[in-house]
Amino acid sequence: MSNPNPLDLDIARRAPTSQRAQTIAATASAQAIGGHVSLTIDGQPVKVPLGTTILEAAKTIGAHIPTLCHHPDLCVAGVCRICSVEVEGMRTLQAACAFPVTAPIHVHTHTRKVRQARRHIVDLLLSDHYGDCYTCKRNNNCELQSLAQEYAVDFFRFGHPEKPRHTIDTSSYSVVRDLDKCVLCRRCVRTCIDLQEVGTIEVLGRGDQSHIKAFQDKPLGDVVCINCGQCINRCPTGALHAHDDTDEVWAAIDDPKKHVVIQTAPSPRAAIGECFGMPPGTPLTFQLNTALRRAGFDRVFDTNFSADLTIMEEGTELLFRLKKALLLREPAAFPQFTSCSPGWVKYLEHFYPEYIPNLSTAKSPQQMFGAVIKTYYAQKHGIDPKDIVTVALMPCSAKKFECNRPEMDASGFKDVDYGLTTRELARMIRESGIHLPDMPKSDFDQPFGTATGSGVIFGATGGVMEAALRTVLEVVTGKPVEALFENANIQPVRGFEGVRYVELPIDEVGPVPDLFKDHVPHWNFLKGQTLKVAVAHGTANAKKVMEDIKRGGQFSKCHFIEFMGCPGGCLGGGGQPIPTTPEIRKARAAAIYSEDADYQIRKSHENPDVMRIYNEFLTDGPCSHRSHELLHTHYVVRGKYIE
Amino acid sequence: MLMTERDRLAKEIKALADRLGHNRTSLVPMLQEVKRKYHRLDSYAMQVIADEVGIHPVEVHSVASFYAFLGDHQQGKFVIRLCRTISCDMRDKDRVARQLENDLNITFGQTTPDGKFTLEWANCMGMCDQGPALLVNNHVFTKVTPEQVHEILEECRSAFGQHAMERKEVHLA
Amino acid sequence: MNSIPTFSSMTPEAGLKKAMELSRPDIIAEISASNLKGRGGAGFPTGVKWNFAASAHADRKYIVCNADEGEPGTFKDRVILQEYADLVFEGMTIAAKAVGAKEGILFLRGEYTYLRPHLEAVLQRRREAKLLGPEVLGAVFPFDIRIFMGAGAYICGEETALIECIEGFRGEPRNRPPFPVNTGFLGRPSVVNNVETLAWAACILQRGADWFKSHGTEKSTGIKIFSVSGDCEKPGIYEFPLGISVLELLKKVGGEHARAVQIGGASGLCVPASEFHRAIAFEDIPTGGSVIVFGPQRDMLEVLHNFLEFFVDESCGQCTPCRLGNRKLLEGVEMLQAGTCSMTYLRELCALGESMQLASKCGLGQSSPSAFLSVVKHFRDELMGRVTLPTHG
Repeated sequence: MSNPNPLDLDIARRAPTSQRAQTIAATASAQAIGGHVSLTIDGQPVKVPLGTTILEAAKTIGAHIPTLCHHPDLCVAGVCRICSVEVEGMRTLQAACAFPVTAPIHVHTHTRKVRQARRHIVDLLLSDHYGDCYTCKRNNNCELQSLAQEYAVDFFRFGHPEKPRHTIDTSSYSVVRDLDKCVLCRRCVRTCIDLQEVGTIEVLGRGDQSHIKAFQDKPLGDVVCINCGQCINRCPTGALHAHDDTDEVWAAIDDPKKHVVIQTAPSPRAAIGECFGMPPGTPLTFQLNTALRRAGFDRVFDTNFSADLTIMEEGTELLFRLKKALLLREPAAFPQFTSCSPGWVKYLEHFYPEYIPNLSTAKSPQQMFGAVIKTYYAQKHGIDPKDIVTVALMPCSAKKFECNRPEMDASGFKDVDYGLTTRELARMIRESGIHLPDMPKSDFDQPFGTATGSGVIFGATGGVMEAALRTVLEVVTGKPVEALFENANIQPVRGFEGVRYVELPIDEVGPVPDLFKDHVPHWNFLKGQTLKVAVAHGTANAKKVMEDIKRGGQFSKCHFIEFMGCPGGCLGGGGQPIPTTPEIRKARAAAIYSEDADYQIRKSHENPDVMRIYNEFLTDGPCSHRSHELLHTHYVVRGKYIE
Repeated sequence: MLMTERDRLAKEIKALADRLGHNRTSLVPMLQEVKRKYHRLDSYAMQVIADEVGIHPVEVHSVASFYAFLGDHQQGKFVIRLCRTISCDMRDKDRVARQLENDLNITFGQTTPDGKFTLEWANCMGMCDQGPALLVNNHVFTKVTPEQVHEILEECRSAFGQHAMERKEVHLA
Repeated sequence: MNSIPTFSSMTPEAGLKKAMELSRPDIIAEISASNLKGRGGAGFPTGVKWNFAASAHADRKYIVCNADEGEPGTFKDRVILQEYADLVFEGMTIAAKAVGAKEGILFLRGEYTYLRPHLEAVLQRRREAKLLGPEVLGAVFPFDIRIFMGAGAYICGEETALIECIEGFRGEPRNRPPFPVNTGFLGRPSVVNNVETLAWAACILQRGADWFKSHGTEKSTGIKIFSVSGDCEKPGIYEFPLGISVLELLKKVGGEHARAVQIGGASGLCVPASEFHRAIAFEDIPTGGSVIVFGPQRDMLEVLHNFLEFFVDESCGQCTPCRLGNRKLLEGVEMLQAGTCSMTYLRELCALGESMQLASKCGLGQSSPSAFLSVVKHFRDELMGRVTLPTHG
């Protein structure tokens, strides 16, 4: 039996076998011809490959079987038992999500016994679930709530807790845990250990004393957690949610003295429609601008601008490292790792701190923007930076941790005051009485209103790499990227494969652009070189690449590697709408790449607003002293041992 | 070279992993061995074991917290486990339980302040025709009466005194 | 000691020597012909199990002896290991030959750690006598056995949970299918057999399938070892042919005045006196060997409380019906004891019991309601409207 593995990860490695997809040896029944097997589901015939689960077989004919612990990104658990079905000839009910069909069987999905069992399971879960829907973040988007409705729960058959039994863990900037709402589906555990390989939470205890906790039952803020929020995205109830900053943002908006500025990132814009009933992949970028102004934000800026800025800084950093190694023949840390994913950065600080020199010192677009707003923008528009409140709309839960990192105060103030997730902002917009899809479109505000396609694609895995390459290749070869890749779409770095490796031979070099003339005499040291780059998304893949680098393998010879903490890249971030599935992420990626294709300007170094900032403000160019002060950062050796 | 307790523990765990194998199938035997010697699976031990076996500390803690004989709490030199399942229950295990609590001055689940005795319940230990049964570490006592409780505890105390200098497991006659 | 006369009457290694002369299919045919069924309680036909494992293709296979005897009232495996360890190891070796395994693991429950020195000594003796090692009895047949200690979890008696424990995970049963004979320890075909089953396998190779079938019933062939405890004159180990009636057994152990007998441990059936004519066999009342006798003075609700407390403690907790359902049943018993349970709610709990029996992921949750349901069925007149509070703390 194969569990479809859309992220191409070796998920069988870590999960206990009881929660893993199993393989079936080919002991085929005589009636299974050509590797297929026929069965009936509620009398309907269906033919599927040998080893397909009943649940998957049901999906092919649109037969509905409810699930709770099942998730398309994760290995099979079979613990909630909601998907129980009757199989003729078997005394006990079988879990449809875990039962592989290897012989013709007759399945019934809603007999009396099945309905009673499902109802009992929901009643049991409710008897252990403290809290009511009114006050819960997942009101109207909760799988337990949906099941209760589907199974016509109209009274608490086995009771309902009157008092909480746990304290809510708010120790983390990003992830809040409410154990009273946990249904022990273990999706978060499978996410953290299997999917992300971070290993923050597991089930401690046994029987009805089992609870999902961190090491030594410590608060989340005291253990190794990278804040990626993938657990939040896969939690079916309100047991896990992101730290909520909306009250503080409302307070800033309501304060007439405060100038509240928001920057919006491409991934939330491609996904926020899902919070308003739109199909995944419906970009609402310009409707969002209108909605945000109506909600009370003073300015709406495009994070893509600072994404372009990031490319300038990080691309230059890469070229300088290459110059150091190949021209000056001095040691330089290779491969260079991207640093815009705060989940990835924290992951490296914990597990591979010896590779901190490899991390680009460039800040993430969010943080660069914050620094620029409270200096350049404040000066240009005569606003006192202490009255500016910078808010970032991000697909990310780790951004909440990032903006609170003590070193993120280059402007003299906290560069980014609040990171809001897509879900939080959707709530604020609804609270303002706005139905987002109905809004008229409007542009971003100046002076950061121009963005390029390069900035947009940051949201997808491979996007940062593609954006960087569009600039680096043009700057070095002097040729337009369109000559090397059709429509400047660097296809080899795109896609959802967990780890991608690409070699780019540099056959010719061109003249050095003005921006770099003071630092680099020529590009000859790159002529004939092959630029080796790689892309990895999700920390499990990051781990694979890092272990390969440690062993001196293929990836240790790379020059530049893009790492994203979340599967799919930022579009799958911990702050994005729930639910998340491979199809939803593909749809969001399609929206992002099609936005890119529509942009007039598609390369960061052609963004006129970016050029202006180098002309007016960061006059010594990228990676200069001034740039370093505002737009670059340093990292912390965290290690993984917990006291 | 001065070796701290932690260094010694880490060295022992590494040697254990070298002997049993640096993979997950060694996990339960390693936990049993460390527990046996140190009477506790503490946070540092779990993290070193996690490193040696190649998994995350919380996974080690998860496994340890599942099994009644492991766990993450400090235990005394002598762990007394009294069977509470039906056949021993029908043979008046409650009186033995009460006497144990009296003589040790602790309740079930606790450890004496001097670190000598931990008192715990156990489920059926396979001595059903000779109940009430109790285990002291790995030694089994059957047909235990309340009066015998005191003798059993005294044997432990005197044995501990004799072998106080050595970290050896006590084998009672 | 001579606790089990039939075992004592066996000639050491005669079964193994016979097996060495037979082909692999012939060994399995003999076991299948005997209709030997698992003696741990589940009663799966041993020949079928060995055949599945033998037919599977893999680079390695394992023979695992399940000595995690934890069912309340069961102590027969302890006695078999104490007195007839050689017979058990002989059975494992025969299984290894039949199936094509080179490694055997004895999973010994932690509570039996005091047996370990004795068992290691037996193994060492067998190695010296070339009954284990690189060339068993001089043939091209390597097989050795190592002991793995359990760590205090009843659920590890379930074969997939046992395998999980050896692999270094929580003892949480797996999704089945696939079964261990196909995908077991480290994903390899593994035969997991009870201690007693392996001992009988060695006896069958020695005396023949026909000898074995001459005892017991058609569907439950052979002799079974019982561990009897509770309110009877002569608790201890007994061997009886399967098919013996409850009353016959009670007479032999001096317990015929019982009001009820628990056959099969806490996960078994509570048989009232009115049903003592029934047979102890797979086709009627199955057991892994546990027989607990309840005298006329016993309060069945207290007994039920003890059983459910056991299940609440030992449930692994992964699946909803068992984790939460057992707690609800226990609370229901406490309500009955306190006299606060309505008839409506009692019926709800019985329905819950039925759902647990059908929807739980493994045998623990599937059988823990049995005691509840049988006590409620047979002792209904004692359950409702009680006025005294429970005395246990």
